[in-house]
Amino acid sequence: MERDEIKRIIEALLFVSDKPVSADTLQDVIKGVESTEVRVIVEELNGEYASSGRAFRIKEIAGGFQMMTDPVYSQWISALYKRPADKLTGPALETLAIIAYKQPITRSDMEAIRGVNVDGVLHTLEERMLIKTRGRLEAPGRPILYGTTTDFLKHFGLKSLEELPKLKEFQESDLDFVREEKTRQVIDKETGKLHETTIPDMITEGTKDDNRETAPQS
Amino acid sequence: MSYKVKLEVFEGPLDLLLYLIKKEELDIYDIPVAKITDQYLEYLELMQLLDLGIAGEFLVMAATLIHIKSKMLLPPDQVEGDDKEEADPRAELVRRLLEYKKFKEAAVELHQMESQHKHFFARVGVTVPETKTPAPDEYFEASLFDLITAFTKVLKDIPREVFHQVVKDEFTVSEKIHDILHFFVDRQSMFFADLFKKARNKIELITIFLALLELIRLKEVVVVQSATFADIEIIKNAEAIKPADGAAQSQ
Repeated sequence: MERDEIKRIIEALLFVSDKPVSADTLQDVIKGVESTEVRVIVEELNGEYASSGRAFRIKEIAGGFQMMTDPVYSQWISALYKRPADKLTGPALETLAIIAYKQPITRSDMEAIRGVNVDGVLHTLEERMLIKTRGRLEAPGRPILYGTTTDFLKHFGLKSLEELPKLKEFQESDLDFVREEKTRQVIDKETGKLHETTIPDMITEGTKDDNRETAPQS
Repeated sequence: MSYKVKLEVFEGPLDLLLYLIKKEELDIYDIPVAKITDQYLEYLELMQLLDLGIAGEFLVMAATLIHIKSKMLLPPDQVEGDDKEEADPRAELVRRLLEYKKFKEAAVELHQMESQHKHFFARVGVTVPETKTPAPDEYFEASLFDLITAFTKVLKDIPREVFHQVVKDEFTVSEKIHDILHFFVDRQSMFFADLFKKARNKIELITIFLALLELIRLKEVVVVQSATFADIEIIKNAEAIKPADGAAQSQ
């Protein structure tokens, strides 16, 4: 098959497909092209679209390729297609973030991080098909493990999990602060009150502890 | 920037602590324990007063904070022959807060990615049902805590009355709902603080607040804030306001 012909076939397939198509799938279907070559061809196509001012490009998303419109036209498209507003709420996003970065993860580990029950949120996320169960942990109780789905990648426009932004890690060493031994007053024998004058900083203003390494800006 | 308040699934104690830390501009690596414990307990009290169903986790955190506070007041254990100084009693809590904060920030980034990606359209496979979407303007979720903060201010401002007479002064939520809606008949908006100007005592304040929450739930009004911690404004929801007697049944 002529290379040009292959290019047009790929274009036709991507035009029609309502979900991302992987390079491997294209290779299987066309049989005349290597999956590595697919990316090159896609870039050529995008080049053509750019120079002729087309309203769409081929994007790489969720492990495959899909044609998508230029964001500048989104208001027009929204006028034509009334898509239900399905943005996620804060708690849902937080839980989803935890699952995305720590998968596979159990419900109780999620709850340990968030400090609240996640049942309701898990249900919502499962309904939206953004997460799925990924087996069970071999531990007492055999709790269910959760992970994200391909739909998750599609929803956020990610090529793969590697594209997730890096977490802002804090240094474990920042927590190495240690309390200085401060002289303590005990109960004042006359008034019966506990003198707090010797420990005011620690309690009301935090320790001004010189042993501590400088903390990065939070 | 304006944002609407969504009152929904209650977030947890770590959320509240991070909120307090942010609001009071505290250093998360050096938290003033007494101060944050006091504020935390104040919030819990208010939530209980408003019957907002505090989950057990909030109480566990209250106990934890008090425990940390008491540990900070006591001299550290001097273990014989052990040169290591005792760890800061706040360390574990701070670690948890930082861990959670990490994901909170990641969630914000995800939200931005979500918003950006919403503008890319691909071929639609399944027939999209034509549902009418609610106004898609950017809204930032202000938490219930912002409303409570504003309400705390109002509570503090009310003159301390000496009750020398036991009067059976019952205000019902539905009455207050009625009053608020009546107020909106010829007005578009009002400030949060104005709502409480005529209240005479704490019970009345609380009843008005509950009435407001109910109206928000019924989507009769929306509550917006132009910036973080700015004054809260209550705006009539144009479609939903009905004539005066329509709302009286909502109790």
